[in-house]
Amino acid sequence: MIALLRVPLAFFRLFYQSVYLALGQIWTNKTRSILTTIGIVIGVASVTAVIAALTGLKTKILTQVETFGTNTIFIYPTRPNVGPLRNASWWSIRFLSQHLDGLLENCPEVSRLCRMAYVGRHTVRAGEKSVESVEVTGIEHSYHEIESRPVILGRTLSVIDDEQVRQVCLIDPKLRDKLRLDRDCIGQIIRIGPQAYSVVGVIERRPEMRFGEGGEEHYEVFIPFRTAFKLQEPWIGAFAASKEASVLEEAQAEIKFFLRRTRNIKVGEPDTFRVESLKSALETFNKIALVVTMVAGGIVGISLLVGGIGIMNIMLVSVSERTREIGLRKAVGAKKSAILTQFLIEAVVLCFIGGFVGIGFGQLLTTAIANIPKVELDMAYIPLWAIAISFGFAGSVGIFFGMFPAIKAARLDPIEALRHE
Amino acid sequence: MIQMMANKIKKPIIRLRNVTKIYKVGVERIYALNGVNLELWENEYAAIMGPSGSGKSTMMNVIGCLDRPTSGYYELDEQDTTEMGDAALARVRNERIGFVFQSFELLGRLNALKNVEMPLIYSRDGWWARRKRAKAVLERVGLADRMKHKPNQLSGGEKQRVAIARALVCNPSILLADEPTGNLDSKTSEAIMALFDQLHREGQSIIIVTHEESVAVHVRRIIRMKDGQIHSDLPREQDPAFKTTPHQLPVNAGYRNELNSNNSVGSIGAGQNDAQEEQA
Repeated sequence: MIALLRVPLAFFRLFYQSVYLALGQIWTNKTRSILTTIGIVIGVASVTAVIAALTGLKTKILTQVETFGTNTIFIYPTRPNVGPLRNASWWSIRFLSQHLDGLLENCPEVSRLCRMAYVGRHTVRAGEKSVESVEVTGIEHSYHEIESRPVILGRTLSVIDDEQVRQVCLIDPKLRDKLRLDRDCIGQIIRIGPQAYSVVGVIERRPEMRFGEGGEEHYEVFIPFRTAFKLQEPWIGAFAASKEASVLEEAQAEIKFFLRRTRNIKVGEPDTFRVESLKSALETFNKIALVVTMVAGGIVGISLLVGGIGIMNIMLVSVSERTREIGLRKAVGAKKSAILTQFLIEAVVLCFIGGFVGIGFGQLLTTAIANIPKVELDMAYIPLWAIAISFGFAGSVGIFFGMFPAIKAARLDPIEALRHE
Repeated sequence: MIQMMANKIKKPIIRLRNVTKIYKVGVERIYALNGVNLELWENEYAAIMGPSGSGKSTMMNVIGCLDRPTSGYYELDEQDTTEMGDAALARVRNERIGFVFQSFELLGRLNALKNVEMPLIYSRDGWWARRKRAKAVLERVGLADRMKHKPNQLSGGEKQRVAIARALVCNPSILLADEPTGNLDSKTSEAIMALFDQLHREGQSIIIVTHEESVAVHVRRIIRMKDGQIHSDLPREQDPAFKTTPHQLPVNAGYRNELNSNNSVGSIGAGQNDAQEEQA
């Protein structure tokens, strides 16, 4: 057993001895070592910061996507870029609820449809308290099946609520607190504009995403689709979901075809609406992210190359400075492999220190980026794999650029080396 | 005769047979060693002497396994080293040979103890065993209170003691010292030589390469080299330089050596006879 352990133990000992020696050597040449590792530090810091920024942006977008679901399709009116309708009034191209009637029956790949009635912002009151500018949206029951925003208290809005045009609503928890309703606010009455609504449930808030809203608090109330018409003439849009994520494009095409017919758009005329999915938006983002990553990778590669050459240079200096030491070590029985390991590990340790400091600077940069106001990077963080990659790169640079000096050291003839100076 | 009988009882540590080392400089071939035959025995205390260029350094390198002979046969501890690879030779240097250099060759950033431990890094001993042995050896050379000192805090003599401790730490078959007193003043030299004497009494085999007669005065056997060949190989008492003064410490040994070399023709013959006898 002990005999079996001998070889790995001997190797381990050589390893930690080398690390110890390397640290000692680096410590004695502090200034030189710091200057040498700057290249690596910059390389690693920039790679981690870029990855952190991209990850933050992606996380941000993904959390949004998650609340919508990946096979969600958004349907909304829009002015075409060409044709006579280019300057049409928004009102003339708005959706009417009958445009969407029968969509589910005619589009086999679409599993759900939820018409949305946006009735704008209203003042919501409860007793003495009032909150201005609350977004009121009329939704159908299928909303709860398309969006993954769970109702955390009470019940969802049902088909019957919609059929009977009930005066019921879902509110978000922050609004509940702002209105000083009870924590269990089911059955309590709030007033939206002139009308009274009974609260039936509390719906989870959407993760904060302040594109263009400048950090102002944002509250939501959901009422049944048909009830919204009683409040005012709504702006209609729709959410749809394809049966599966894989048939998303087919579903979109079917919806487009169907809507062109119901909205009486003639052949050759441009669409007056959009049918979009988050997937396509995400793909666009991924493409951009890839390009950015590659450009950043190129820059990082160059700085690591420069850093690596610095490491090689300093290791060559170190080898020629310590020629006598190498000769001595060989004379007292160091094998070629031991000398090689010693110098290689010194280079790698140097690079690892650079990598470590680089990650520190990368973290500082990331924190700085995350705190730039109005830039959607507040979720930027360095993922673990980026740290692993940074160390991996730093280590590889050490091995790659340390190899030549180490081989040079290992090949020295002990007699010549001892005579050196 | 008595010497020969004694030799038969003792084991040879080192056996050189017709060892030749040729350096090529351009098209010229330089015979640094030219057919050297030599045996060194257990508890040997010998000096290799000779003018510069006589091949004594090459001899030292060959014996120390730092260099391979061009031809011939070299046996260390009854083991042929001529066929060994680099790694095996490194192992031999680590386990069987202790080097002491003229300029000490201590590592400046390590303290005395760490310097002494250094060869053990390349051996199979564990950390604890290493520390213990390094301490023991430092005590043996009389530096028990200097273990934590770095080389720049030590005097020349102390540095050489550390170097000797480092050479001894692997418990080598033979201690090879290359001009061990070359960088020391005469008083310190004497102290270092006294240490060698002590080690010899304790059973250590020692070979010293030197050109100082004051060093050679301590050894039991003097091997004189000239032009890559062994010129004479005699017990110190019979060496021409010491023949007239069998007792310790000739004050001006170098001067006396010069005198003797003028009429040392006879002793060359004696040396050759001696070598032939050993071969037989």
